[in-house]
Amino acid sequence: MRRFSWFNATSLTLGFAFLYLPMIILVVYSFNASRLVTVWAGFSTKWYGELFQNKDFLNAAWVTIKVAFFASTFATVLGTMAAYVLVRAGRFPGRTLFSGMIYAPLVMPEVITGLSLLLLFIGIGLDRGIVTVILAHTTFAMCYVSVVVSSRLVSFDQSLEEAALDLGCTPFEAFRLVTLPIIAPAVISGWLLAFTLSLDDLVIASFTTGPGATTLPIKVFSAVRLGVSPEINALSTIMIGIVTFGVITASLISKHTAVKQAREERAAERSA
Amino acid sequence: MAQSVFAPWEDSQQKPLIEFVNVTKRFGDFTAIDNLSQKIFEREFFALLGPSGCGKTTMMRMLGGFETPTEGKILLAGQDIGNVPPNKRAVNMMFQSYALFPHLSVWENIAFGLKREGQPKDQIAARVDEMLRLTRLEKFARRKPHQISGGQRQRVALARSLAKAPKLLLLDEPLGALDKKLRHETQFELMDIQESTGTTFVIVTHDQEEAMTVASRVAVMDHGKIVQVSTPDVIYEAPNSVYVADFIGDVNLIEGNATKAESGVQITWGENTAPLVSTNSDQALAGKRVVLALRPEKVSISVERPDAPNVLRGKVIDIAYLGNLSTYHVQLETGTMVKAQIANTRRVSRRQITWEDSVWLSFSATAAVVLEGGI
Amino acid sequence: MRRLALIAFPYVWLLALFLIPFAIVFKISLSDAAIARPPYLPLLELSEGWDGFKAFLAELDFENYVFLTEDDLYWKAYLSSLKIAFFSTVITLGVGYPIAYGMARAPDEWRPTLLMLIILPFWTSFLIRVYAWKGILSNEGVLNQALLGLGVINEPLTILNTNTAVYIGIVYTYLPFMVLPIYSALEKLDDSLLEAAEDLGCSKIQAFWLVTFPLSRGGVLAGCFLVFIPVIGEFVIPSLLGGSGTLMIGKILFEEFFANRDWPVASAVAVILLLILIVPIVLFQLNQQKQQEAER
Repeated sequence: MRRFSWFNATSLTLGFAFLYLPMIILVVYSFNASRLVTVWAGFSTKWYGELFQNKDFLNAAWVTIKVAFFASTFATVLGTMAAYVLVRAGRFPGRTLFSGMIYAPLVMPEVITGLSLLLLFIGIGLDRGIVTVILAHTTFAMCYVSVVVSSRLVSFDQSLEEAALDLGCTPFEAFRLVTLPIIAPAVISGWLLAFTLSLDDLVIASFTTGPGATTLPIKVFSAVRLGVSPEINALSTIMIGIVTFGVITASLISKHTAVKQAREERAAERSA
Repeated sequence: MAQSVFAPWEDSQQKPLIEFVNVTKRFGDFTAIDNLSQKIFEREFFALLGPSGCGKTTMMRMLGGFETPTEGKILLAGQDIGNVPPNKRAVNMMFQSYALFPHLSVWENIAFGLKREGQPKDQIAARVDEMLRLTRLEKFARRKPHQISGGQRQRVALARSLAKAPKLLLLDEPLGALDKKLRHETQFELMDIQESTGTTFVIVTHDQEEAMTVASRVAVMDHGKIVQVSTPDVIYEAPNSVYVADFIGDVNLIEGNATKAESGVQITWGENTAPLVSTNSDQALAGKRVVLALRPEKVSISVERPDAPNVLRGKVIDIAYLGNLSTYHVQLETGTMVKAQIANTRRVSRRQITWEDSVWLSFSATAAVVLEGGI
Repeated sequence: MRRLALIAFPYVWLLALFLIPFAIVFKISLSDAAIARPPYLPLLELSEGWDGFKAFLAELDFENYVFLTEDDLYWKAYLSSLKIAFFSTVITLGVGYPIAYGMARAPDEWRPTLLMLIILPFWTSFLIRVYAWKGILSNEGVLNQALLGLGVINEPLTILNTNTAVYIGIVYTYLPFMVLPIYSALEKLDDSLLEAAEDLGCSKIQAFWLVTFPLSRGGVLAGCFLVFIPVIGEFVIPSLLGGSGTLMIGKILFEEFFANRDWPVASAVAVILLLILIVPIVLFQLNQQKQQEAER
């Protein structure tokens, strides 16, 4: 029965305008025929063409996707393990240090994480390149994954696992057959989060990368440091488009599942 | 004798404290309250009783100022309060969820309303202490709501809503969250407090037993209308409709056709059955389709055929043993089930009647109520 | 055995790639800069055994920290980072609270959509969102053109490459971090509490300050920490939107490392930054624990 009060409607309108106008402007100017922000010289998609001609950008994009894919996959495995240890493994020596190491990277300034990893790689004589970036991204992304997964594990009814054990599962089978399917949505969103974080990271990648492994954010950063570039607008538009599509699809799917479940529950009630 | 009976509603000279005048409340297409008029008097303990969705909560929320009537007026002491916001009304409410402020202690919760009035500090302290004493919460004054039990929380909510000494206190399912035993104790506490403070209470409940216990008058509601308003005994003994008879307590309903008898009416029903007589019924019912409503405790059960105006024969299908009482479910030859309730004055092992026994049921000519309509 | 492996694997990973790197940073912050590869001394020579280790320890000192206190660039940068973080947190709270409040009080069928709209920027590139403001705030940018066109100003405002642009960038990018915890606190608020406050004589505004705001305090604190802590070490926003006058420690550290190649000093800067952050991080953890306990 609630309605929007004028105050709430105004603050929401202004708030969302503030959040979305800059991105809309960015998208609009990616279609500007002129290189200058000042002038609107008509609609054109030529910057998209130039973007796809640019070998450097395409290479960087490919490197970034490779890094993001491997880093997020490793981070998901490690992060899920870490979450399981945090929530289910009970007490063990050094547990406090462990949970500290899980939560600290979330609030750690990226410059520090990046610097420390670089000094480590140099110290052990590991050549910097795509491998070191993947290692670095895995480390900070696994902490995000473990936070997402552990929040799901906490709300998870432990008696389900106990029931599986009671029915003859080994602990590993219980995890694979009962726990994992139930926490799967959290694991998937953890993977997506890790993927996005890796895709997006500039600072840590700048520290840990080496020759031949320039990622897209590094490329973009050096291109926009001095000013606005329409190719970058075009690139941004593509990225915003992908994210928007992904988020809207995901929310429609989850809404659909919720509606379906509610309908099925109601049907079950009625037939009972 | 007469002066000890509290019945202001029978005195036409009495001014009501609250008066609903042709009040209608709609939410979109849904009519929650349908052209309702009702008076409530000072010092009354008035219960609104009905199933969920009957409009009882809407009525209470209109009194509290959280809803405004779509049509009609609500008068408080003669003044129209339709558009007075809740914070300007001499009406307080005890919420179903208690709505205790979790960030404030028990003491601060009770003092909350008094502080808004800008009373001097020592006066507030005195009043809060008085309320704590009244509700026996002195020991818990410094605790936060989550540090006390459900029953104590209920008393804090009561103390908070009474602290401002409102003319009218609204109680929305006040005992719904308590377990049965605590609920019974609290019902008597509520009555004591209502009497000692002299406040008018309006209580909303779906628990008929609770309404009957605490209220001076009960209003039974259905689909936005008040079906019957009366004292608990009248509601129980003389319901004015099948709906009320069925809603309040346990009842046997037998449908049939009324014909005029020497005194009262006769009801013919079923096939090959003797008509039932009701000497205390209005003869105007003659010729109409009626329902005979009969409370189980007014039905006797025996092995031998008794000498009574109304006698039925059947077989015991089920016995529900409730400790003090036993309810026999008896199937008549027509297939109708009739419940008979007997006080267990003897031990169960001595019980004469058991499952599958053929028995006689009987009731007097004044035991039942005959109501117009069908089931 | 399995349990041990399960614990050991992520544990060792974090030790190797999180904790040990910090130990290295700390060690290098005590070393001296050198024109070599790696550009610092002393190096730990394991071949020399225990004596080598003692000699190595004797070479370490706090010289770099002394240097940091002597050059006012550094402590000014720390102070300025704290100042910018503090004010931008306050501004973000001022902008974010009404949004969170509006979302929490919105009709039920609207809330999932509003929530999605606030989360969506999370998934879009941080870099792109900061960059978007470059085109808006520059002298020939969209904002100045609009204001000139409307006749509000006669000549373009210089916003880009000033601290104002940095503030705008921070508020913009960190807004969801502020809105979400406040929203989740406000959403849990039971309507009947507000009705009870009104019933007991509060006006709507009083009910807000006496009930709604105190009960959303946990969310407000969480949001403030989530903005304040990362902003102190922020690098992208000051380097894209700030000017030469914008002193922020994340930027200094980056430059010290890449431009000056003074690794020991950069390490010392990082260690001190970490020490500064410990206080708000601990406070944040305490606040989170308190909130979790209150929920139980």
